[in-house]
Amino acid sequence: MTQKGDSVVKGYIHSRESFGTVDGPGIRYVLFMQGCPMRCLYCHNPDTWNMSGGEEVEAEDIIAEVQKNRAFYSKGGITVTGGEPLMQTEFVLELFRLAHKLGIHTCIDTSGVTYSPTNKEYLEKLDELLRYTDLVMLDIKHIDSAAHKELTGRGNENILLFAKHLEELRIPMWVRHVVIEGYTDNEGDLLRLGRFIGGLKNLRALDVLPYHTMGVNKYKELGLSYPLEGVPPLDKAAAERARFVILRGIGEVRKKG
Amino acid sequence: MNYTYEGWRGFEGGTWTSEINVRSFIRHNYTPYDGDESFLEGATQDTVDLWEQVLELTRLEREAGGVLDMDTKIISTITSHGPGYLDKNKEKIVGFQTDKPFKRALMPYGGIRMAEKACADNGYELDPEVKEFFTVHRKTHNAGVFDAYTPEMRACRSSHIITGLPDAYGRGRIIGDYRRVALYGVDRLIEDKKQQKETTRSAMYSHVIRDREELSEQIRALEDLKKMAASYGYDISLPARDSKEAIQWLYFGYLAAVKEQNGAAMSLGRTSTFLDIYAERDLAEGRYTERELQEMVDHFIMKLRLVKFARTPEYNALFSGDPQWVTESIGGVAIDGRHLVTKMSYRYLHTLENLGAAPEPNLTVLWSTRLPESFKRFCARISIETSSVQYENDDLMRFTHGDDYAIACCVSSMRVGKEMQFFGARANLAKCLLYAINGGVDEISGKQVGPEYRPITSEYLDYDEVMRKYDDMMRWLAGVYVNTLNIIHYMHDKYSYEKIQMALHDKHVTRWFATGIAGLSVVADSLSAIKYAKVKVIRNEAGIATDYEVEGDFPKYGNDDDRVDSIAYEIVHRFMEHVRKNHTYRDSIPTTSILTITSNVVYGKATGSTPDGRKRGEAFAPGANPMHKRDTHGAVASLASVAKLPFIDAQDGISNTFSIIPGALGKDDKIFVGDIAVDLECVDGACSTPTLFEGLDEENS
Repeated sequence: MTQKGDSVVKGYIHSRESFGTVDGPGIRYVLFMQGCPMRCLYCHNPDTWNMSGGEEVEAEDIIAEVQKNRAFYSKGGITVTGGEPLMQTEFVLELFRLAHKLGIHTCIDTSGVTYSPTNKEYLEKLDELLRYTDLVMLDIKHIDSAAHKELTGRGNENILLFAKHLEELRIPMWVRHVVIEGYTDNEGDLLRLGRFIGGLKNLRALDVLPYHTMGVNKYKELGLSYPLEGVPPLDKAAAERARFVILRGIGEVRKKG
Repeated sequence: MNYTYEGWRGFEGGTWTSEINVRSFIRHNYTPYDGDESFLEGATQDTVDLWEQVLELTRLEREAGGVLDMDTKIISTITSHGPGYLDKNKEKIVGFQTDKPFKRALMPYGGIRMAEKACADNGYELDPEVKEFFTVHRKTHNAGVFDAYTPEMRACRSSHIITGLPDAYGRGRIIGDYRRVALYGVDRLIEDKKQQKETTRSAMYSHVIRDREELSEQIRALEDLKKMAASYGYDISLPARDSKEAIQWLYFGYLAAVKEQNGAAMSLGRTSTFLDIYAERDLAEGRYTERELQEMVDHFIMKLRLVKFARTPEYNALFSGDPQWVTESIGGVAIDGRHLVTKMSYRYLHTLENLGAAPEPNLTVLWSTRLPESFKRFCARISIETSSVQYENDDLMRFTHGDDYAIACCVSSMRVGKEMQFFGARANLAKCLLYAINGGVDEISGKQVGPEYRPITSEYLDYDEVMRKYDDMMRWLAGVYVNTLNIIHYMHDKYSYEKIQMALHDKHVTRWFATGIAGLSVVADSLSAIKYAKVKVIRNEAGIATDYEVEGDFPKYGNDDDRVDSIAYEIVHRFMEHVRKNHTYRDSIPTTSILTITSNVVYGKATGSTPDGRKRGEAFAPGANPMHKRDTHGAVASLASVAKLPFIDAQDGISNTFSIIPGALGKDDKIFVGDIAVDLECVDGACSTPTLFEGLDEENS
């Protein structure tokens, strides 16, 4: 064991899952980071919002946990999600640097909300992290900035710029989009979303998720009122239809290209 | 002596030609297959028709309450029943246990009461003459055992600190090398057995007498096997000449075993790669097409699905259902480094598609990291689609059992035809811990069952004190347990000897003395609670500890946490050390297993509250599983805890029952298997399966 000092970057996590199968390719070790600046109306992990708290961990220990069960992760790797993992860039950087030394595939599941094209110091740190990142799963909540703000409390300008930034750096990207009846199922918006991501050369997959209400109980436990009370979960077929609208948008752009 | 047979044409020679040695035959003649499943053929019309007939009979059986027909008079032997068919003109592989399908045979040698109860519980009446005969004139295994049991053994049995003992039913867990029937023909096997008998020692020690008697029984069983085959119109004295005969000869061998024994597990062995050698020769000679070969395999597997025994509801509760454990081991890697996957491995698994999913035969893939990638993917797909494939770690077992072992029951590995096992059910280690605390007094009955050691009297449990007392109690339990099993196996050999199965073994057989452990995770968590939290004892008015209060949190087995996983390791190791101190019947080698499949419910019922917070009567976790809902770090951490258990001490197997809903295995098969390389640029058709990527290219083209 190496000596650990106070200088070691700490991460703050909400929980971990050693057998993650829905957050990236293969079987993955998934870290749910604590803390998120967004307040998405449909968030199903409100218990990860709080910026303080969480279990304190060190990158080296997490890597050791992955490494000792490495056989399971031969086609998978590590995914950091949350919460918003890019709130803890330094920790994730340390984690991914160690992971890459050992050839472990790395993935960030993010909303992209922390991206700031004008903050030079931030950009340097981010780009360093992205050098050790094999895949970004970008959750685009809404293509329209005003609607995005209504839905999450923030506009989407920087998020879309982040997507382009990833394209420039040629980081493989999967786009995720949650379809909520009355909020994110407008056909025109879905088409626009498709046209936008269709223009990105680093796009590798499109994951359209139907809105579900499995987070409701967590709000109750936290004493919060549920913002989407009464909005029904979306059935799979509707999500599939929405997906094809986005695909149409992608197709339009690519034909032109 | 030189042997040449028509059935051996074109085969490469080797030691197998001059001695009975199927492994040598396989090594010299098999063809590893690295391709994919595209060569496979679907079900023929005859297969479809026969299977519909089976489904109809299954429906009728269910409507009849679980048993369609039962023999109550004729004692089942290899030759007791005439030929039985579904549809003689359509069946490519023939043979049933009795004179018709779905009719269960009467097998009283294990115990007449069990046979009688199996009849009565299913609405049949055992023939009174049979009952009288096996009560008065001919002793059974069960009667023999109870003649020899000590009062202490009986007490342990009725308090369920030792449970599920094969003292009233067939022990099973023996795999005859049924391949020998096909490769050598029965005459050659008889000749070999005669020679074995001629070469026993001439000083008549009791074990020599027993050997000679058993060899005579084996020879008679082989002669009966020929007669039984003849009743179906086959002469199996000589080696099989093609695939159809090879499958049929082999199946007759197995059929003889299930006509003779109602064992707790009647496994098939490792037959697919053996049979593939015949199939390859037939394909080369143009004798059979792929379609015909698959049809034979489908019909063979269909037969295996229809093996049935007469059993009681209690038996079914213990084993959860009415399992036969017709386990067939597929794949694995050879000692010379080649994998053992052949086209026949695919054909066997493909029956799950042609006939639909089924629990029997228990198709078990001997998994190695070195299996060909296309086969791994095929297995994964079949698993996802049918939930009917079992996997076992070949890389682990090959080390001790070589490359021609097979699985009996669910996890017990043994070299085919060279090793057998004395099945020994389980000792309840959770109850043993309670005995340690209560000084041998049963926490439920209040009776003094174990030795009257000093009980623990403190209000809070002290780890070191508990461990000391637990160790003493385990030593006692191991002793009474092993000796109980000594009686059982002595009597089983004497009154219900597996003639045909042992006839398909070598002269010198290695015998494993299998013990078993129930309640491991309960014990590990209990000891962890005592060590890392505070456990308060609640005693009843008689001073017996009947409940526990856990104050504070403690590491729980199943989270890849060495603090508690090391306790689980220690318990298995220590118990096995105690087992090894005892004499075991017939020079057998002691081992243990941690593999309650679902009998964990029954064991839990019979066990009081435990210091981990589990309440009286609550189920244990199955096998080596962590306790329900205590593994909070996900499946990999949970599996990692299980994987730390010492296989060297539990060579009879460690099981981890793992069920998962399809949705939790990823939303997309390609992503789950790690195929991130699939991208938007994939060309026409390449993204044809529904994936997260589908449509992206279509819209683009």
